[in-house]
Amino acid sequence: MPELPLSPPSQQRPDATRLESDRSTAMGPIIDFAPDVSCLDVERLSLSYDGKMALRDLSLRVPRHRVTAFIGPSGCGKSTLLRALNRLHDLNEAVSRQGSIRLEGQEIHAPEVAVDELRRRVGMVFQAPNPFPMSIYENVAFGLRLQGGLTRRRMSDIVEWALEAAALWSEVKDRLRASAWSLSIGQQQRLVIARTLAVRPEVLLLDEPASALDPISTLKIEELIRSLKSQLTVVLVTHNMQQAARVSDYTAFLHDGELVEYAPTASLFTNPRLARTENYITGRMA
Amino acid sequence: MSLAAVTGFRTWQPRGEGPWAWLAAGSVALSLLLLAGLLTLIAVRGLGHFWPASVSLVELDDGQVFAGRAVRELPLPAADGAGGARERLYFTGNRDLDGHVWQWVAVARITASELPRELVVLERSRHGDFIGRLVEVVTAGQQGTSVGEGGRGGGDGGGTATWTTLQERLSAVDALRAERDELQQRVIPPLVRRLENDPGDRATQRRLAETNERIRGLQESMQTDAAVLESVDGRRIVLTLDEVLRSWRPNAMSLPEKLGAWGRGVGRFLSEGPRAANTAGGVWPAIFGTVLMVMLMSLLVAPFGVLAAVYLNEVAHQGRLTNWVRIAVRNLAGVPSIVYGVFGLGVFVYGIGGSIDEWFFSDELPSPTFGTGGLLWASLTLALLTLPVVIVATEEGLVRIPDHQREGALALGATRLEMLTRVVLPMAVPAMLTGMILAVARAAGEVAPLMLVGVAKLAPQVPMDGEFPFLHLERKFMHLGYHVYDTAFHGDDIQAAMPVVYATALLLVLVVVVLNLTAIFLRHYVRARHGALSRH
Ligand SMILES: Nc1ncnc2c1ncn2[C@@H]1O[C@H](COP(=O)(O)OP(=O)(O)OP(=O)(O)O)[C@@H](O)[C@H]1O
Ligand SMILES: [Mg+2]
Repeated sequence: MPELPLSPPSQQRPDATRLESDRSTAMGPIIDFAPDVSCLDVERLSLSYDGKMALRDLSLRVPRHRVTAFIGPSGCGKSTLLRALNRLHDLNEAVSRQGSIRLEGQEIHAPEVAVDELRRRVGMVFQAPNPFPMSIYENVAFGLRLQGGLTRRRMSDIVEWALEAAALWSEVKDRLRASAWSLSIGQQQRLVIARTLAVRPEVLLLDEPASALDPISTLKIEELIRSLKSQLTVVLVTHNMQQAARVSDYTAFLHDGELVEYAPTASLFTNPRLARTENYITGRMA
Repeated sequence: MSLAAVTGFRTWQPRGEGPWAWLAAGSVALSLLLLAGLLTLIAVRGLGHFWPASVSLVELDDGQVFAGRAVRELPLPAADGAGGARERLYFTGNRDLDGHVWQWVAVARITASELPRELVVLERSRHGDFIGRLVEVVTAGQQGTSVGEGGRGGGDGGGTATWTTLQERLSAVDALRAERDELQQRVIPPLVRRLENDPGDRATQRRLAETNERIRGLQESMQTDAAVLESVDGRRIVLTLDEVLRSWRPNAMSLPEKLGAWGRGVGRFLSEGPRAANTAGGVWPAIFGTVLMVMLMSLLVAPFGVLAAVYLNEVAHQGRLTNWVRIAVRNLAGVPSIVYGVFGLGVFVYGIGGSIDEWFFSDELPSPTFGTGGLLWASLTLALLTLPVVIVATEEGLVRIPDHQREGALALGATRLEMLTRVVLPMAVPAMLTGMILAVARAAGEVAPLMLVGVAKLAPQVPMDGEFPFLHLERKFMHLGYHVYDTAFHGDDIQAAMPVVYATALLLVLVVVVLNLTAIFLRHYVRARHGALSRH
């Protein structure tokens, strides 16, 4: 695993080694590293649905060109956090938010930020594959057509590149005009990833991208994620500990809308600082 | 496993236990039977109208003779205890001679009934059908061929030579008539318009006078020939040939000939304008008006309905107010259609139409242009009437589109408008078409509101022609539904009009079915383009 140059654990607390009782709420999260090249910078983010808190005063930094995994029990707010990163909550009137999120130092909620432009830079792949009812080609070209100004030739080059990058090209190159809904679920998920890659995002948000897939498709997607991080920053939500261990460089454990522990994946899985984290990764907590 | 178990619902046997399943299946069967019965009734009655039925020569016990087509037979009220007595209705025509066209006779009184080949039926432009014998054809200047005295069943099978002469002369008259119609409909109107613009135009004046002269000439030559006819009881009439619309000898026709005549009759019904206070002739203007009105209505209602549904479902804040609007829209679908007619008359015709007349057509006032019922106002009124249906159907389609489709588009950098136009609306097209299907079905059969906003008993000009601006939105138009109503109750011979009523009603059903099938095929095509929709 390529190592990220880490500065000394600045926010680490002196007594943070193996707390027996669960005191992180009172003390703030255990953060075992401070990336000096952060891409996304979440600061004191709180978010509630209709007054019901889903994220509480959450701060974390996502390093550039690395894979960061969010893990945590169901309902802890992983998807909510992910969707906050490209402002997908904007349309939901029930959501209220405090705190800031910066992308490459730029506040994404600033009035001068165009939300469609932001979403182009921060692409997202959802839990269930959601190809549009169009041909395979049109699905991948969708984001490109929105931007416009591409020749037909350039467009099909990019489509091919994106399908190649998503490890789908060889399977669909003879049926690009077929309906995307005729693909298998695993293929659909890779198509959706290709569609997102085609607009060349800087950040790729993946919300349990392999949860509906068979082991082989899962493997393909994991390989894909590893290969992508040379070009972009990946944030991955997963329920699968092995998967997080296999593909991510850093892992954040969330619980009940709070960040509990955030560390390089190897150290979080081998040497969790908090009992809560350990319980979760060893499966003693739902 | 039995076949029934494998094929499941494909068997006719209702599944499930107990009497309720049979009850439900029975209800389905009953409604299907009713539907089939209804369609059969109007089809038989309507289509039978065009069949050249045989004409009997009937002799009664008191020596009276008449010729007529048997229409139906009923049991007589058995007053004297003699059961089984029946009474038969004949259509005898000859309104000008007899003063009536129907005759009931007790079957017992008939002493002889035969089908002589020489009996002719002539459809005339006045007084309806003539039934009797052809005596001779008189052409200009010369004595015509005649069947000879007593002319009943001569050696040539009933005056076949005379009959042939009549057919020849009639086709000559038809040619003249066609030429006259051509002059009247295509040549005269442009000349008249040119003169309206420039009353001093000598050349045009001269051409108009010449053409009118020519028409008079044609009309005269159409009247030079005449047929001498005799009813079976010996009364004669002379009929100039321009009064004869069709002629046939039903008893001398073979089955293929009858079928051919039937086909031509149906064709004429579909392609010609009405005659004789709508009780005869064709319904072409009504077909045209109905279809055109429904299409215009669709063009008007589709964008409004879709936009309203999009607003309600995609744009508006989903609060209590939106829900109230939704309920109101759904209830609007239940408002009686005549109320829409009243609204259309008050707002569109008198309100908007009146203002348009004041602003743009003030030189034609007081005769209204848009300030009276017309195609545009009728289409608008029906668009309003069907708007709720389209809104509700479209909204149901929009609700069914999963949110993750919308988010997928947004996550690729689409604006909300792009998301709507590129993903959401295309996915909702089948639902919109469902709405249009329902709207068309409702609008095509609606008559009541039309009577207030522009339907006409007789509109000689269809609202679309070669004259600028080609589509005349201000014109009144004919409608099959209204034609049914008008023919059934406003002619002076309701018996004679009934077949036309059935035929028109059948046609109305067919028009609605065709319009609906068009929309259904369109929807099928849209769905098929993206294959298995059910997977999402
Ligand atoms: N649209 C919404 N409206 C109201 N509450 C919501 C909405 N989405 C999520 N929540 C609530 O917010 C909390 C966090 O949900 P979230 O979907 O982020 O959890 P998650 O960690 O992604 O869970 P899972 O692993 O099951 O996907 C949950 O309590 C959930 O009920
Ligand atoms: Mg989730």
